[in-house]
Amino acid sequence: MTRLFLPRDSVAEALGAGAVARALLEGARRRGRPVTLTRTGSRGLLWLEPLLEVETPAGRIAYGPVAPEDVEGLLDAGLLQGAPHPLRLGRPEEMPFLARQQRLTFARCGLIDPLSLDEYRATGGLRGLEAALALGGAAVVEAVAASGLRGRGGAGFPTGIKWRSVRAAEAAQKYVVCNADEGDSGTFADRLLMEGDPFTLIEGMAIAGLATGATQGYVYIRSEYPLAWRSLNAAIAVAEAAGLLGASVLGSGREFRLEARLGAGAYICGEETSLLESLEGRRGIVRAKPPIPALRGLFGQPTLINNVLSFAAVPWILAHGAAAYAECGMGRSRGTMPFQLAGNIRRGGLVELGFGPTLRALVEEFGGGTRSGRPLRAVQVGGPLGAYFPERLLDLPLDYEALAGAGGMLGHGGIVVFDDTVDMARQARFAFEFCAAESCGKCTPCRIGAVRGVEVIDRVIAGRQPARNLALVEDLCEVMRDGSLCAMGGLTPLPVMSALTHFPEDFRRGAAPLAAE
Amino acid sequence: MPGHTDWDAARAAAIIAAHRHREGATLPILHALQDAFGHVPQEAVPLIAEALNLSRAEVHGCLSFYHDFRREPAGRHVVKLCRAEACQAVGADALHAALRAAYGVDWHGTTADGQVTLEPVFCLGLCANGPAALVDGEPVARLDAARLAARLAAA
Ligand SMILES: Cc1cc2nc3c(=O)[nH]c(=O)nc-3n(C[C@H](O)[C@H](O)[C@H](O)COP(=O)(O)O)c2cc1C
Ligand code: SF4
Ligand code: FES
Repeated sequence: MTRLFLPRDSVAEALGAGAVARALLEGARRRGRPVTLTRTGSRGLLWLEPLLEVETPAGRIAYGPVAPEDVEGLLDAGLLQGAPHPLRLGRPEEMPFLARQQRLTFARCGLIDPLSLDEYRATGGLRGLEAALALGGAAVVEAVAASGLRGRGGAGFPTGIKWRSVRAAEAAQKYVVCNADEGDSGTFADRLLMEGDPFTLIEGMAIAGLATGATQGYVYIRSEYPLAWRSLNAAIAVAEAAGLLGASVLGSGREFRLEARLGAGAYICGEETSLLESLEGRRGIVRAKPPIPALRGLFGQPTLINNVLSFAAVPWILAHGAAAYAECGMGRSRGTMPFQLAGNIRRGGLVELGFGPTLRALVEEFGGGTRSGRPLRAVQVGGPLGAYFPERLLDLPLDYEALAGAGGMLGHGGIVVFDDTVDMARQARFAFEFCAAESCGKCTPCRIGAVRGVEVIDRVIAGRQPARNLALVEDLCEVMRDGSLCAMGGLTPLPVMSALTHFPEDFRRGAAPLAAE
Repeated sequence: MPGHTDWDAARAAAIIAAHRHREGATLPILHALQDAFGHVPQEAVPLIAEALNLSRAEVHGCLSFYHDFRREPAGRHVVKLCRAEACQAVGADALHAALRAAYGVDWHGTTADGQVTLEPVFCLGLCANGPAALVDGEPVARLDAARLAARLAAA
């Protein structure tokens, strides 16, 4: 019996993995060759999807990207023995893109059947939860604090402090909420994990429940992720049946239940208070803080809300120790960050590394430059509210403070590459357009400012009084930055102003013909 | 999308009843109704309001706030095209302009034959493999006009 592995990840599926799987099983059957096919998550080498692996005495051998029409040729060439073929890549662990990573959170993503609790255990799963049960809540919170873990959702708030507040809050009912809204363009790490290793998230949330005294958890998943929604729900059902979730977590007598909830296409619902409103069944209008959710969150109860990657880092921290986690990273950014390479990039995918690699190392060494082969002109870091950087700033190290110091933000770790065909005035316009479309409408600077921003940039693009209108853009940005209730309006100036600062020539294109009139 | 049925008050009431006891039941109910009928018909609003003890205005406010919920039926196939930055970086804007011209519709529009509705979406988490789309709820990467046509023909 030969074992084959093929991802059921969204990217693989979106590139025909379902048809590849059918062709493989059919081809093997016709040849009288017994095979089993395990549908895994993705290893995160996304330019190679669908990435097929076969188990051989020399380890797992990868082939990719495999199209359905490649399958017959692969089988004829001796795929099942790991034989040579133009698509053969060798052992995945030895490919530089993977070999040079520090996979802590994503250690088993792509390796195992995401819904097999046995395989999860066999690869070190549940050791963190077992350690947490032995340690007790207070020690767990202190371990999370000592690890230096900061929120991976964007704001980088120290996770331990939040856990401490919720643990200390007195209430009959507390909640743990996972923010799986992952709305930032250029990010997909939450999705990869929920599709490829959902038990790690479930384990992290169960630990959070035990540590804070919360008995009910919710995962708020965006509706744009239909496959992650299915896999997480399936994993929750498996975890319930196995006693990992429910009235007595792993027989400890401690209760923790988990339910996944579907968002409905609103970017602002990634903002934590808007998310809570949405979970409660209302429009996702941002709440003023204080009170902070840790004290008055879901249904007015103390609520721990963290990003998928924040929860998913916790099992490793408890299994291996806070000090081991804190050893990675730089400065005040401890541990590893799953960076995501996206946009016009040759080798796009997930790169988990200790904080501190330069943008250039990620984009050039890992990413291989642009997909188009044209010169790189700009990268946007940290999603739609993040700054655009020009090529000459690529030596910036990626940690929370360095990015902030350069007028940007790391956000959820997404890096979107643009080649020299990009028009940065249009990108600035889009930032306003996006804010106008997704603003919750609660405060004027954001709601009105974004709409005005689009109009004013349109005038700049048309070459109408560019100097005067650019000054207006700067004023608008200042008002939005200083007067907005949340970071939607408050950070939209980042992409706009960085485009203006680093690429001023793109805002003068319309001016020439008019000046000649 | 294929598989949707016409409005049926009894069926809607059963769907609402199945979810009404959950904490924060509004979104699960709206999703379930849209799954069944392809959109959330106006007739559903008072039923939801009554079941959840909300005003009609509150239910309506929720329905209109979220981009996902459709108040009118869509075409047989719904194509959600990613308009966000990582897809822009690989030519999504030009592709979308070409598709809208080819299908003769603007955003949210449905082709004259009722076959295809084009909707914008901001990011599908396929940002390393764009341009991206969801076709009848299934992800498609490295989209171009031919790939979309092939998907629609196969569906
Ligand atoms: C407009 C906006 C969108 C956001 N989107 C997300 C998101 O999609 N996922 C996320 O985890 N955090 C998002 N955040 C950050 C959350 O408000 C919050 O800081 C985070 O969920 C806390 O978890 P963490 O400490 O683990 O990062 C967003 C914030 C803003 C202002
Ligand atoms: S800044 Fe924008 S999104 Fe945030 S609360 Fe104000 S209106 Fe809502
Ligand atoms: S930006 Fe298009 S899928 Fe993320």
